[in-house]
Amino acid sequence: MIMKKIVLSQIIFIIAPLIFCFQCCAQTISSSELIKDAKQYDGKNVTYQGEVVGDIMMRGEFAWLNINDGSNAIGIWINKKLIKDIFYTGSYQAKGDLVEITGKFNRSCIEHGGDLDIHAQSINKIASGSKIYHAVNTKAINFTLSLSGIILLVLFLRLHHSRKAISARFF
Amino acid sequence: MILRPRLEDIKNIGYYLGKIILGLGFTMLVPLIAGLALFKEPQPALDFLISTEITILVGLGLSWLCRTNRDLSTAQGMVVISLSWLAAMFLSAIPLFLSGHFKSFLDACFEAMSGLSTTGLVLVQDLDHLSRTHNLWRHLGPFIGGQGIAIIAISFLVGGTSGALKMYVGEGRDEKLVPNVIHTARFIWLISIVYLILGTIALGIVGLSIGLKPSSAFFHAICIFMAGFDTAGFAPMSQNILYYHSGVFEIVAIVFMILGALNFNLHYQLWSGKHKELWRSIETRSFLLIITLVSLTIMLGFNHFGIYPQLMTMFRKGFFHIISAHTTTGYGTLYSQQFIKEWGDFALTGIIFAMALGGCACSSAGGIKMLRVGIIYKALREDIKKIMLPDSAVVAQKFHHIKTVFLEDKQVRGVLIITIGYILLYGLGALIGTILGYPLLESLFESVSAAGNVGLSVGITDAGMPLALKVTYIIEMWAGRLELMSVFALLGFIVAFIKGR
Repeated sequence: MIMKKIVLSQIIFIIAPLIFCFQCCAQTISSSELIKDAKQYDGKNVTYQGEVVGDIMMRGEFAWLNINDGSNAIGIWINKKLIKDIFYTGSYQAKGDLVEITGKFNRSCIEHGGDLDIHAQSINKIASGSKIYHAVNTKAINFTLSLSGIILLVLFLRLHHSRKAISARFF
Repeated sequence: MILRPRLEDIKNIGYYLGKIILGLGFTMLVPLIAGLALFKEPQPALDFLISTEITILVGLGLSWLCRTNRDLSTAQGMVVISLSWLAAMFLSAIPLFLSGHFKSFLDACFEAMSGLSTTGLVLVQDLDHLSRTHNLWRHLGPFIGGQGIAIIAISFLVGGTSGALKMYVGEGRDEKLVPNVIHTARFIWLISIVYLILGTIALGIVGLSIGLKPSSAFFHAICIFMAGFDTAGFAPMSQNILYYHSGVFEIVAIVFMILGALNFNLHYQLWSGKHKELWRSIETRSFLLIITLVSLTIMLGFNHFGIYPQLMTMFRKGFFHIISAHTTTGYGTLYSQQFIKEWGDFALTGIIFAMALGGCACSSAGGIKMLRVGIIYKALREDIKKIMLPDSAVVAQKFHHIKTVFLEDKQVRGVLIITIGYILLYGLGALIGTILGYPLLESLFESVSAAGNVGLSVGITDAGMPLALKVTYIIEMWAGRLELMSVFALLGFIVAFIKGR
């Protein structure tokens, strides 16, 4: 009996966080869903997850973030006090911070000229971004050098040919 | 009897083609230098070094192998232009493909043709992480193609031959600003570069005021200006103009879209102090009238179907997209699916209508063009008058385009041939889209957008779309930019080569 209780409690202990995680994930809505079913989600609180890309644009006490979930980027209107933890934004040079935001979704925001956006109430940094180092391809360098050689050869042949033509004409 | 082109004809075409390719190669030095000196991106700069070398090698090789002193005939000039746009597409696609942001070389070619033809349909993947060097090239494409690929060669590489004029005409322009075609080409560059400086400063200041970092503000400004003034609609970020979340930015973009869609000849007149030309021209009158009619129709549609909750939002979204469609720019502050899901068939039809008609002749805008629309309207009015008046009455119509001219049947015939050609091109693309399983209205929208060099999309244009559709849109963008005649000349040349004696 005691063994049964222990096994049961262990199962609950393992499954409960999984269920909780599943619920959290299920609440996250993709950009494609938001755009496709914009009327359905209009004015409702949604949870949206993605990478912060481009510039963070400060506008007084608020800021615009653009968050890309891999399909589309959506504009997030957020109080600037909430974004202190955001360090990396996605670009060629860096992978942006991965964040999860919760806020009111607007199909056509009255405050922002009819844009589709989310007015964030909370933000949670899920993973930190990082710098991206792009190594120079040595094969490409060799290829470039070979091409330079061929161009020089063509230029030399052109020059040689035009000199021969001039000599033939005048001498 | 069709005459087969001789070796000398082919050499003639090859020589001028080589010169144009050489010019393109030199323009690749811009992103190469910017990548090294400004952006500190060595690998992307290396991609451009490879591409520049390949392009210069092809250009040098062709112009040397086909060296000639002969001048181009009109047909040869058109063939040179048709081929040079195809060659430019393949060569411009090399650095884009090397960036690793395209699923295939065909996708890179699609993007290159879209840029050069000032269309703006995109197949790039993960645009938000694309290097600035590659992004600059994406936007430089419209700036080169908008003015004309041959314009570079005419301005700097081709001597004062009549071949220069034939290539100029072959790029869909038949108006010279000044008597000499080389001076015309240089003046087109002068206008564009002055506007480029002013536009970059204006958009850069707006960018700073809306919270962009200084380096971003001016990088975005130059990109948005080049793609806006040249009516291409590319943007450095995946959200296009929506990325900036700014009404002021949209207003400045609208100004440059309109300036880009105006006739270069009209710019010249304005620069020469003839400000009245702006109102007297048949093109600007047609342009204003159609914008007003389409705007009213779409706004009524929005209001009737309750698409936007407020008059201001309705105007901001509606007017921006009407200007974007009519100037054939293709900038957007909506996601492509929103057109289908929210705007509905009524508003979409209005946008298709604006895209199909396009901007002014001798500008970087695409579509049928306002001058042709105006001439067709005048011809129709003349015919109606003839019916209404007694048989003995002499009816003459005139219109003002730089100077006042009487309408001639020959002129109307030429205009109608091109207009019918565009309508057939729009229809053909739509037909192929429907055969491949897309709904009719969506296929028509995308086809008009491609052939009219607009760039707005309802979501069909995607890396996953059928290969046949990608090729169809490439052909539509190419033929639309060259206003069909040069493409017909190339087809005629191929037929003569096969069937001629």
